[in-house]
Amino acid sequence: MSNNEYLFAAYAATWIIHIVYLGTIVSRYSRLKREIEELKKPAVRS
Amino acid sequence: MTPPTGITRVTLLKDLRLEWRSKDAINSMLFFSLLVVVVFSFSFDPSAEESRQIAGGLVWVAFLFAAVVALNQTWAREIRNQVLDAYRVSPAPANSLFMAKTLGNFIFVSVLEALMTPLFIAFYRLRALGPAWELMVVAVLGTWALVVNGTFFAAMSLRTRSREIMLPLLLFPISIPAILAMVQATTAILNGEGARFWIVLLATYDLVFTTVCLLLFETVLNAE
Amino acid sequence: MKRAFPILGVLTAILLSYALYQALVGAPTEQTMGDVQRIFYYHVPSAWTAFILFFVNFGASVFYLTKRRPAADIVALVSAEVGVVFCTVVLVTGPIWARPVWGIWWTWDMRLTSTLVLWLIYVSYLFLRRFSSSGQTPTLAAALAVLGALCVPFVYFSIWFFRTQHPQPVMGGGGSIDPRMLHVLLINWLAFSCFAFLVCWSRYRLESLQREVDQAHALESLLGARGSAR
Repeated sequence: MSNNEYLFAAYAATWIIHIVYLGTIVSRYSRLKREIEELKKPAVRS
Repeated sequence: MTPPTGITRVTLLKDLRLEWRSKDAINSMLFFSLLVVVVFSFSFDPSAEESRQIAGGLVWVAFLFAAVVALNQTWAREIRNQVLDAYRVSPAPANSLFMAKTLGNFIFVSVLEALMTPLFIAFYRLRALGPAWELMVVAVLGTWALVVNGTFFAAMSLRTRSREIMLPLLLFPISIPAILAMVQATTAILNGEGARFWIVLLATYDLVFTTVCLLLFETVLNAE
Repeated sequence: MKRAFPILGVLTAILLSYALYQALVGAPTEQTMGDVQRIFYYHVPSAWTAFILFFVNFGASVFYLTKRRPAADIVALVSAEVGVVFCTVVLVTGPIWARPVWGIWWTWDMRLTSTLVLWLIYVSYLFLRRFSSSGQTPTLAAALAVLGALCVPFVYFSIWFFRTQHPQPVMGGGGSIDPRMLHVLLINWLAFSCFAFLVCWSRYRLESLQREVDQAHALESLLGARGSAR
């Protein structure tokens, strides 16, 4: 019955890996969105 | 218009002559090879009965390290004198340059192996149960496999940050089938077993990768 | 086109949930290994998905070398990255499965060993992409991808022969598979393939956007320099 811990661990590990990767995509995307907002502002010339 | 083989020969002779005159690289590499053998001998007890089982792997790992250090060296001089840019604008085909560099590296690494082998034989009291000429075949095919990919990746690494670490990073994974083959073949011959499958695999690997590296080298050289 | 993404997302989520249910409950329990064998339904589809993605990487790299389309370069990058993610899943679930079944964390089994070598090759590909300067990266990476892909048959042959000489425990069991198990396996494979497609699509959009922004930055600094010179 303790073998079921391994089963759970394997499935959990799979989804943790996928979620971490998706997380990096999402965070890079939001950072990019912010950069785009910055670019859209008219340039301030001193 | 010099034929491609002529260019290869000229470039190769130039490299060998430079190497011979400077002797810097040779001397440091010789000492490095000796160090590698000694360190390995301390790490893996050579008096053990199983030395004939592990010797194949040991020897090839040592050769692999020596090859990486040698490969990193060989393009360094070209960069210092901006020779690479000169090659790019010259009408000489890139393949000739690649063959010259690969042959030069092959000779260089083979010399190192020739020096390290007697040391290994002495320290590990090695004696081949199989035919020794087969070991030569494995040595030639194996060294060529490492050197042809190594020269190609060394040229690639030139354009990267941390180029010394990039070479082994790129070379090792792709060389794994070849390394497995050389080690298994050497172990088999040392133990008097058949190595034909591994030798054929190694020869095929050499053929395929030499061809593809020749085809792609021009692209890599001119990448911009 | 943009509408399609959330719809496909929801469908994929449903499919994944159904596949998970089948894997945990629907599929029959294996005789010798028990419930732990169900790891198989995640381990094997991840491996197949990774191999398909690496094949896509090879195709995109060849296409880039011949046609030089930037889109092909992005596809190559994306398929390699997502392929490495799926490969990592295989390499993590493999030992988790091997431990209770064989008592060892690693076995030089055909699938695990070849997956490890593939993982190494494509991680080195990703390192090259990160460490080379941006003008040359697509070409160098494409050349490396071609070499890496050509290496794959050699990896398989050498490990196959090595294994016949040094037999190891086989994971996933050789021989025939119960048709109900095959059914669940294929469902999970379909679900993960759809998931992989969506992840690739998101990564592709991110990368395209990133490159546009980089170009805009470059343009801005160019124009800005000219502006201040006045």
